[in-house]
Amino acid sequence: MPRYLWLVTEQPRLAEQNAAVVLPEPFVKWFAGKGWAPRAHQIELLAKAQAGQSVLLIAPTGAGKTLAGFMPSLTELANRPRRKPGEAHRGVHTLYISPLKALAVDIERNLGKPVEEIGLPVTIETRTGDTPAHKRQRQKLVPPDILLTTPEQLALLIASGDARRFFEDLRYVILDELHSLVTSKRGHLLALGLARLRAFVPGLQTIGLSATVAEPDELRRWLVAQAPVGAMAGLITVAGGAKPDISILDSRERVPWSGHSARYAIPEIYEAIKKHRTTLLFVNTRSQAELLFQELWRANDDSLPIALHHGSLDVGQRRRVEKAMGENALRAIVATSTLDLGIDWGDVDLVVHVGAPKGASRLAQRIGRANHRMDEPSKAILIPANRFEVLECRAALDANYLGAQDTPPLIRGALDVLSQHVLGVACGAPFDADRLFEEVRGAAPYAALERETFDRVVDFVASGGYALKNYERYARIRRTKDGLWRVSHPRIAQQYRLNVGTIVEMPELNVRYVRQGRGMAGRGGPVLGKIEEYFAETLRPGDNFLFSGKVLRFEGIRENECVVSNGTGANIIVPSYAGGKFPLSTYLADQVRGMLADSDRWRVLPEQVADWLRLQKEKSVLPKRGDLLVETFPRGNRHYMVAYPFEGRLAHQTLGMLLTRRLERAGARPLGFVATDYSLAVWALDDMAALFKAKKPSLGQLFDEDMLGDDLDAWLNDSWMLKRMFRTCAVIAGLIEKRFPGQEKSGRQVTVSADLIYDVLRGHEPDHILLQATRADAAAGLLDVSRLAEMLSRVRGRIMHKHLDQISPLAVPIMLEIGKESVNGGANESLLMEAADLVEEAMGGWPGPGAVT
Amino acid sequence: MNFTPMAATFAGTDLVGIAGERAVCDPRGVLYFPDFRLLAVSDLHLEKGSSLARRGALIPPYDTGATLLRLQAAIADYQPAIVVSLGDSFHDGGGAERMHRSFRERLEGLMAGREWFWIAGNHDPEAPADLPGETVRELAIGSLVFRHEPSRVRVEGEISGHLHPCARIVQRGRSVRRRCFAGDGGRMIMPAFGAYTGSLNVLDRAYAGLFRAETLMAYMLGAERIFAISRAMLRPG
Repeated sequence: MPRYLWLVTEQPRLAEQNAAVVLPEPFVKWFAGKGWAPRAHQIELLAKAQAGQSVLLIAPTGAGKTLAGFMPSLTELANRPRRKPGEAHRGVHTLYISPLKALAVDIERNLGKPVEEIGLPVTIETRTGDTPAHKRQRQKLVPPDILLTTPEQLALLIASGDARRFFEDLRYVILDELHSLVTSKRGHLLALGLARLRAFVPGLQTIGLSATVAEPDELRRWLVAQAPVGAMAGLITVAGGAKPDISILDSRERVPWSGHSARYAIPEIYEAIKKHRTTLLFVNTRSQAELLFQELWRANDDSLPIALHHGSLDVGQRRRVEKAMGENALRAIVATSTLDLGIDWGDVDLVVHVGAPKGASRLAQRIGRANHRMDEPSKAILIPANRFEVLECRAALDANYLGAQDTPPLIRGALDVLSQHVLGVACGAPFDADRLFEEVRGAAPYAALERETFDRVVDFVASGGYALKNYERYARIRRTKDGLWRVSHPRIAQQYRLNVGTIVEMPELNVRYVRQGRGMAGRGGPVLGKIEEYFAETLRPGDNFLFSGKVLRFEGIRENECVVSNGTGANIIVPSYAGGKFPLSTYLADQVRGMLADSDRWRVLPEQVADWLRLQKEKSVLPKRGDLLVETFPRGNRHYMVAYPFEGRLAHQTLGMLLTRRLERAGARPLGFVATDYSLAVWALDDMAALFKAKKPSLGQLFDEDMLGDDLDAWLNDSWMLKRMFRTCAVIAGLIEKRFPGQEKSGRQVTVSADLIYDVLRGHEPDHILLQATRADAAAGLLDVSRLAEMLSRVRGRIMHKHLDQISPLAVPIMLEIGKESVNGGANESLLMEAADLVEEAMGGWPGPGAVT
Repeated sequence: MNFTPMAATFAGTDLVGIAGERAVCDPRGVLYFPDFRLLAVSDLHLEKGSSLARRGALIPPYDTGATLLRLQAAIADYQPAIVVSLGDSFHDGGGAERMHRSFRERLEGLMAGREWFWIAGNHDPEAPADLPGETVRELAIGSLVFRHEPSRVRVEGEISGHLHPCARIVQRGRSVRRRCFAGDGGRMIMPAFGAYTGSLNVLDRAYAGLFRAETLMAYMLGAERIFAISRAMLRPG
């Protein structure tokens, strides 16, 4: 019996609490037979559902959340009369949707056994991307009572011609891990899918299962139709279990100023692994995972079974690690967020978190991994990789004890996702624009959608939505005489099915292993996983890099494969992965600022860190909680400005880009900048402090919010990041097709790259709806503009300038980052220039072959 | 350099020799032969957008306009007496017919007052509908011959397109890829000019045997100038 699903404790007062609840006889017997009683929240949820309500259940891991979610369905199905021979097959009764395929499969296994023991006449099946075609076909004809699936599969089901019939008997939709679903475009697609289901079945009830979140009301609104706007599902909250036993490593070693490797702590981490049964080690990025894994094996004198798990590794290898873990055959696993969600993993008795936990809710979830029993304390050790991370870990720890949780704020529904959905709806059945508009506004993320925008989206889906009306004759959907929009050709529906979903991978190459010495001629070795194309492109044959826990030698790129062999230990490069970095949460940032400002709280910090802060106070100053400290000082023949907003790397990068533009205009001749999660450094040829003093500009003017206007637009339009986002939007919106694995790199005439489309569209129709969608994405996600805006308005009139003769203690960490990564805008041209100059130099001014003299 | 006067005339460009004839490699991707007042441009792929739209990919219909605008600027700078469009001028046989009226007028404006040759390409083997200009398989001028596909045998003085060359370098750990002219002194393969045209690395096997490796240069297109890069610095992919 999987304990996390059915775990029950002695809580026999259910009869008193919920006299109205009807628990069918077989359930009562089954519980009694096991000597168990249902938990209070399980009964409460059942009562609300039986009263016709949709419900949000917030509970910590191990609280029997999943059973609670299924109770209304199971009890109702138990009472349903059996189908008579000859009677038509019933449609699906309950839809369970989870973000992970693996979770759906897990639930099928774990739900099946008790259903059998209770003797319920209930069929349970999964439907994921892996479900074979014949089974899908059969499911359409004979639907199971409970279908376990993913958001993408729901979108596909909705887009099929028999969707209405398939869902006509639907009663419940259970949404697992709702907190992680709602914050992405996947959540937008799912919200739209739910709205469609409500149109099929007006009395449909939803049950959301979630970990603790800061704003439960957002999720409650998400679960029900927004008619009227603001309507909410019922709420049941289960208090947290035993407080986790969390400590911060107080290292015997010196904690470094900067960096992310935490190499200093390896011996202490290894000791901890030896003292526990199974240790889960979490890191924030895949590159950190590779590094930590490598370091641990270097220290592994006892040859303990230690494994590595992250999203770029081959699926087979990941499954092997998961299996070994389930069998308790491993002593330690180094993992990234791929292991984040609630799957049951053997007997983990220690969680080690290397690096700062960034968001407090992330930390809570990760610690929930250890000891999957709600009533026993989980044990965790935090390993800060540098001094600022010590402060951050301390803040996270306080937050966890306070039960404070933060999830990214929900953003308005994306228009590219809406485009995809509109086409999907049309693929399913002809639609009326007025009614679809109302339906879409019922989905919480789209509650504020304007009719004009909706009409533009429909126009985009139909014929591209261009001002130049050139494509009417190629329209994908058309409005027919009866006023309904229909797909113009069956081929459109086929194309739609291939491109459904909102997860757009960056171009990746398979990493193919061949025997050493065979070079590019080697064939047929195993695939170790995937690596981003842009990283592979920077490698030269013979370069060594770290991947899959091995040192690999790069041999070359062949079609869609990166060919590698065994490498050696010299000059190893660690691939960096896009999207692997989480920003510091707003809440945690505020906590860190508070800690800096209050010297009384330094007592809980390790002595070396407290000393560092004392020194800062002596040599420079520590800002008040709401203030922004800006230090300036000369060094070498340059002038530096360091600001400490603590708003996360993304926001700082955007800020750095905008500040350097301004300083350039002010004539300060800035040379570059570097950003970390905590601070930002700009260096220039001219003395910036003198400029501030002369008010050309003043510091207040420099940090004025109006930088988020034209400067931001101008910079954004040329940024490669925007091109990258445009590609994602264009794929989701169905403008360009997804690139499938194995599909060879573009034949030069067949496809048009997203970059080229972006350039042309921007030049000719800058207000096109896809460009709007792209900019909205950029502002919300990649650039953290809203956060930057909040910060700039918060510090208005509260900027504290300190001019120093030399670098301050607080500035040391970021100064060490300089040179590790370069930030530049139009530097590609200068790289080309460098290469061309090299050629010219080597050729002694020779003008090129065949030159006429 | 003996070309100082020319270099002054065509600032920011590179003069190269092809089989003894002088040519200006323009960073926009056109080739100008001052001695013949001839401008060559390759692989315009006009109406590629609408060609793909017919098959359901409704990409922006502005490629023809964008391509012609760039061509217009180049023609305005050089004022050539002869323009040679090196094939695949239209993405498909129906392209000229589908072209929006405003674009057709712009194109006709460019053609007025000069000799214009459409070289037949694999995408547009027939003469474009209702457009002036002369459609030919190939064209010989001086010691040069212009044709769409590079011939497989070694020739001197061939100007061709078709392959859409680009080149890639890695400098300071960063990769830069650009369209390029590819030449070894004997022949020159021109970059594709169309707004929606992709490109193929000059080190790809499609180019095998076309160039003398020891003198191959990629003239990569920069924002304002050409960057001449020798074979040794180029990377595949």
